[in-house]
Amino acid sequence: MNVSIVNGRIIDPASGTDLHTDLHIHAQQVVAIGKPPESFQAHETIDAEGQIVCPGLVDISASLREPGFTAKGSLASETQAAAKGGITTLICTPDTSPVIDSPAVIEFIHRTARKLRRARVLTAAALTQDLEGQQLSNMATLRAAGCVGLTNVRHPLSNTLVERRALEYAATFGITVMLSPEDRHLRAGGCVHEGAVATRLGLPGIPSAAETVAVARDLALAEHTGARIHFRTLSTAGSARMLKEAQAAQLLVSADVAAHQLHLTENDVEDFDANCHVSPPLRTLTDRDALRQALADGTIGAICSDHQPHEPDAKEAPFPETATGISGLESLLALTLRLVDEGLLSLSDAIARVTCGPADLLGLPYGRIGVGTPADICIFDPEICWTLDAAEMLSEGHNTPFHGWDFQGAVTHTLFNGRLVYRR
Amino acid sequence: MTELNIFMQHNAIVDLIDGMSLVLKKRLTERQIEEPAVIGIHTGGGWVAKHVHRHLDCTDALGLLDISFYRDDFTRIGVNPQVKPSRIDFEVEGRDIILVDDVIQSGRTIRAAMNEIFDFGRPNSITLVCLIERGGRQIPVQPDVIGLRPPLQPNEHIRLNGPDPLSLEISRSRTPRASGNGQ
Amino acid sequence: MAGKRHQNFQLNEQGGLRHFLTIDGLSRELLTRILDTAESFAALPGRPVKKVPALRGRVITNLFFENSTRTRTTFELAAKRLSADVLNFNVSTSATSKGETLLDTLRNIEAMHSEMFVVRHNQSGAAHFIARHAAPGVSVINAGDGRHAHPTQAMLDMFTIRKHKGEFTPLRVAIVGDILHSRVARSQILALNTLGVTEVRVVGPHTLIPTDARAMGVHVYHDLDQGLRDVDVVIMLRLQRERMAGALLPSEEEYFRLYGLTNERLAVAKPDAIVMHPGPMNRGVEMESEVADGPRSVILQQVSYGIAVRMAVMSMCMQTYEAGGEGA
Repeated sequence: MNVSIVNGRIIDPASGTDLHTDLHIHAQQVVAIGKPPESFQAHETIDAEGQIVCPGLVDISASLREPGFTAKGSLASETQAAAKGGITTLICTPDTSPVIDSPAVIEFIHRTARKLRRARVLTAAALTQDLEGQQLSNMATLRAAGCVGLTNVRHPLSNTLVERRALEYAATFGITVMLSPEDRHLRAGGCVHEGAVATRLGLPGIPSAAETVAVARDLALAEHTGARIHFRTLSTAGSARMLKEAQAAQLLVSADVAAHQLHLTENDVEDFDANCHVSPPLRTLTDRDALRQALADGTIGAICSDHQPHEPDAKEAPFPETATGISGLESLLALTLRLVDEGLLSLSDAIARVTCGPADLLGLPYGRIGVGTPADICIFDPEICWTLDAAEMLSEGHNTPFHGWDFQGAVTHTLFNGRLVYRR
Repeated sequence: MTELNIFMQHNAIVDLIDGMSLVLKKRLTERQIEEPAVIGIHTGGGWVAKHVHRHLDCTDALGLLDISFYRDDFTRIGVNPQVKPSRIDFEVEGRDIILVDDVIQSGRTIRAAMNEIFDFGRPNSITLVCLIERGGRQIPVQPDVIGLRPPLQPNEHIRLNGPDPLSLEISRSRTPRASGNGQ
Repeated sequence: MAGKRHQNFQLNEQGGLRHFLTIDGLSRELLTRILDTAESFAALPGRPVKKVPALRGRVITNLFFENSTRTRTTFELAAKRLSADVLNFNVSTSATSKGETLLDTLRNIEAMHSEMFVVRHNQSGAAHFIARHAAPGVSVINAGDGRHAHPTQAMLDMFTIRKHKGEFTPLRVAIVGDILHSRVARSQILALNTLGVTEVRVVGPHTLIPTDARAMGVHVYHDLDQGLRDVDVVIMLRLQRERMAGALLPSEEEYFRLYGLTNERLAVAKPDAIVMHPGPMNRGVEMESEVADGPRSVILQQVSYGIAVRMAVMSMCMQTYEAGGEGA
């Protein structure tokens, strides 16, 4: 099917493009930017007047819950939610049931997603078997089956020696290891940032040191083993600082930050709002501002949704007993655009952080628009004002603290492999 | 919308209470009550009771009742923000009580007061003294001694202000007021 | 931007108390009203009939997820003295340990038409959670949730202080011990500051003072002598044995040596300073017996005031405002 997107403002940060021009799609690929090719007849024309045409978003961390956690979500529901959010490539976490530690599970996910044809689902496979943190997973086999990285999600590794071995082994094959830095003993029993709000509400706290101690350890091991590491969802100013120093020293280390960490702080927990129960916890304004700064100067190269949909019961309990996580696919772009409104990033840089930025961190050819690239396109109207209504979310999980927030800028069309998968 | 009208001033009221006290003394003699104890109902009844207490020259201190927790409409109205502790420093058991209130209307306040007194002990008798009696009784309670029985319309409301100076005030509302103050 | 739920979640539309979950967000005027109302009940033990009929026919449920015979008994007694009927649910031994969710337990009990829940739970925020899900017209009183709050205890402590000291404004108060884990301390700090005392001090080792404690409006001391100097009220907190196991303290002996209250240590406080303890007390750990039984100790009075204060809170919360009803 031939599709033409006309009159839009095409922004492709990877190539530095920012042009009012047209884009033409044929057989799942972008075939021309500007004038259509000879004898090109569009079967469908999308008028993107006043709108922005950018690469479909690449979400570097999303829990899609299938296989195994059907109450919380499925590939069908979550890819639908992704499409609504303008996201065309998802890297899903291995915390499924069974865990993504065998080629069979990777194939199942690829196959299911392929049949749904709503988004590209790539996998980050388990770093250790069953995510237990003890035995190494069959990393090479998993890579051959198509995983794009390895992670133990937020499950702790047994001890530092296991971590060293895992990094060394992964380095053999040049696979990026995605680490969630947290010292499980310093974290013990905590559920919010250890600070003024935890003190006032009497909630057990997780000190910033729980993350920075782990970051320091992981950086030392990365340097020692030569492994390529990527920090998932950083939350502290200290981590941002250490990351910058490590990059200056030429270490192969990158990081992403969850969209909610750029907007919310510990103060948002004031009412015991379980929707603000996240891991790592929401921290102070100073931390938030340091993360924003690191994002602006490129130290942190990607914003992810850290999507974790839950069934209502998981959040209906006294705060410390609730599950952590936000259903974030449908607010990723909106929260990213807010940073532009607030003057932190230029529009092009903001789009980069959710497109080519994350793709490049894993060496993926997505998140860009060019002749010959897959036609993964997000079209959004920067003028539409809308209010997020949790009840209207397409994800199975309606757990979001952004219910009732007013946003400016909404996705109007999402195309995946040249096919329209969402229209507002 | 209410209009106010000061109906009686301090000196006249004190005279009225003096008159009541004389009548009361006669009643007490008739009933051969020699050592009565006086209890006033917060707040207006307490002011009147203070004068009565002085007249009767009682040895026991004046008792004061706050009937907030005995009101039959307690859970609808809630705790009175100015609730004060009830205080009765003498033994109620076997005593002849003079119960004093400023205005009696529905009779509910008196019922609540009597319930509270009985929780202190079993009195020998209760003689009820009310400065103002007006129509609107919802409970079969009648005062033994009254100061005044002014003719009032249903939309007229009478109130004792005080403690010094005392004044009686009549207000008129557009609509007849139910005895929301439990008089 | 989404509006956050206001603290006034505890208040009804008329500004009266609907739930009593935390001191946080309540005005000085309201706290004073609670104390004044408690005065009416403090005199009850002197009467032959120690009850008032105020809540007759109402059902109050004690929903205790954490064992506590003492606290439950005082709430039960308070409810009965208001002539209410009392149901006791000791949930730690029943349904929830079988996996029933907190919400389901609540719904099952509500079906029995209780109008008020007194809740004790080991998780912070549990009382708020129950209050948020309570049916309209149902009130929730927090009898202690995790480390967060124990507002009725704080109010009975304030009542005790007022009885002995009169005014709050000139007072310096020291709270000594495990502040980090203490819901009583948090509520006390909030109450003392709202009632306008001159100074609140917390005294203890670093491991037992929470991060950013200063943000709650206290001065932090690690030395007991400095912390007690010239104070009018000394509140000693209970030390739990688990703190040794959790590597927060080396031993009870060292704790007593550094932070235990003896007559000698008490001497640096004001000569008429009072000593309080929310109980239950570990003799020889938090304080020596001579102080606990001495003339400055008001510990037993705290216990007796507990019933009056809880009666005040229950009667203030238990209201069903009918549309168009006239106020008192």
